[in-house]
Amino acid sequence: MIELEDVSYQINGKWLVQDINLTIKNGLLWGFVGPNGAGKSTLLRLISGELIPTTGEISFFGKPINSYEPKELARLRAYLQQKRDINFPFTALEVVLFGRYPYLNGTKETTSDIAIAKKALRNVEADAFTYRLYQTLSGGEASRIDVARILAQSPGLFLLDEPTNHLDPRHQLQILNLCKNICDEGKTVITAIHDLNLASMYADQLLMLKDGVSVACGSPKSVLTQKMLTETYNISFNIIPHPNGYPWVMPCTKNF
Amino acid sequence: MSGLLPISICVAAGVGAYQILPWKIPRILFLQEDGFAVLLYVRFPRVVLAALVGAMLAISGTTLQGIFRNPLADPGLIGITAGAGLGASLWIVLVGGGVLGMWGLPIAAFACGMLVTIGVWKISETRGKVHTVTLLLAGIALNSLAGACIGLMTFLADDEQLRSLTFWLLGGFGGATWSVVLVTFPIAIVGLFVLLQQASALNAISLGESEAYHLGVPTESLKRLSVFGVALTVGAAVSAAGGIGFIGLVVPHLLRLMGGADHRYVLPGSALGGAILLILADLFSRTVVIPAELPVGVVTALIGGPFFLWLLIKFKSEVFL
Repeated sequence: MIELEDVSYQINGKWLVQDINLTIKNGLLWGFVGPNGAGKSTLLRLISGELIPTTGEISFFGKPINSYEPKELARLRAYLQQKRDINFPFTALEVVLFGRYPYLNGTKETTSDIAIAKKALRNVEADAFTYRLYQTLSGGEASRIDVARILAQSPGLFLLDEPTNHLDPRHQLQILNLCKNICDEGKTVITAIHDLNLASMYADQLLMLKDGVSVACGSPKSVLTQKMLTETYNISFNIIPHPNGYPWVMPCTKNF
Repeated sequence: MSGLLPISICVAAGVGAYQILPWKIPRILFLQEDGFAVLLYVRFPRVVLAALVGAMLAISGTTLQGIFRNPLADPGLIGITAGAGLGASLWIVLVGGGVLGMWGLPIAAFACGMLVTIGVWKISETRGKVHTVTLLLAGIALNSLAGACIGLMTFLADDEQLRSLTFWLLGGFGGATWSVVLVTFPIAIVGLFVLLQQASALNAISLGESEAYHLGVPTESLKRLSVFGVALTVGAAVSAAGGIGFIGLVVPHLLRLMGGADHRYVLPGSALGGAILLILADLFSRTVVIPAELPVGVVTALIGGPFFLWLLIKFKSEVFL
């Protein structure tokens, strides 16, 4: 369980995140939505411990986040960045094995580490690239390798920053289904996501941010309303029901 | 490869103006036959020093490439060697030999090398990312700045200082004695030890600094230890043998081509490979124009220059976006 108490973050006199109170229970898929620059990534990085809140406190499983050792923390939570580049000729398998770093003490990976990495590659349907060089993969293929890396890290909390970017619809759904399966195992996923319809289909809970402030929080049905979306994004939306029952969001303004 | 090092040490110890067959070396050493003095006081210190310097330059090149996440980093290219050289020449001219004895030169080289390492880093970094172009340009600027200051030192130096400065600036292992080895050896051991510890963390940081943090790497201490180790090894290498370029660039790339990018293999491998390459380059430099000697820096530049151009052509599409 993760708790955020009055969390605010300021840099160069600008508040990127303000007064966030949030309790995240295990086993749920959370989506952070909101316009560009709303503070979604900043909030994820605060939860990961990479950024330290200017005010407020974040606790992980009952203990303040800064009381954990770096490797200890890395066994509890993993983070998937938006942009990644590697300048050295590592194979996809080697990159996935980096996910096992917090479990090794400078020692060589064991056969079980390698088995975990290979299973992670199968989970993202990337086993065909196991021995390909990461640098030679396409954007979408590389993204799946990165997802496999954090799967191999096997933490209790997954923080994902736009994991569906660069992916085709099939692989978008595949990644989100994977997130669902992770949650079914009692683990927690928090993902920043721009695609409101994917958020609607998959998230158990949504937090909508605007200018660093929480404007709505709750189930997709309660957050993705015409009024709320129009106020947050400053364009008009229509909401229709998806054949499977989720709210389906359509932007309606073309010129503004 | 670890087998190649003793072989190249023996071959290099044997070959020279006075020829000794490599397989006779143990016999000569034990029975103190003809050539014992040449072997013990001329060849061995020279070969051992070349091995130490080669190992240090190569491992610091690998480490720099790792922490800068940039395959074009090299202590020579980004100005660290020149900075260490400036430290050494400042020491020779302004402080003089007496204080601290043999240790003064490497300490001064280490201090200036460290300043330059931190300097290029701060200059080329924005928001946790080091930009290749800025890094290399800052290196060019620092190289010429340090070069100019060294020039200024030769102007300020008196006759005796000028002689030792010029002798040192020429570089190479012509002046290798056991006492130089004795000063270099402990620094090399500490430096290599510190840098070899960072292998797994360097692997993780090749994903990016923030990713490495999320994998549990203590990124700040990794960076501090790496800069410390690089400045230490480059400082010791420069004070022992002057500026020898390209070892730190060529060796790690050769190793990555041979066996992949895992730093747990590339770091120790480059220490071995650097030792072998510099022993052979020194062997070449002192045998090709007997009885004269080519500066060993010329030999490494002859190998390294074309190699660097090849790297540029190979990487230009990926690196200079």
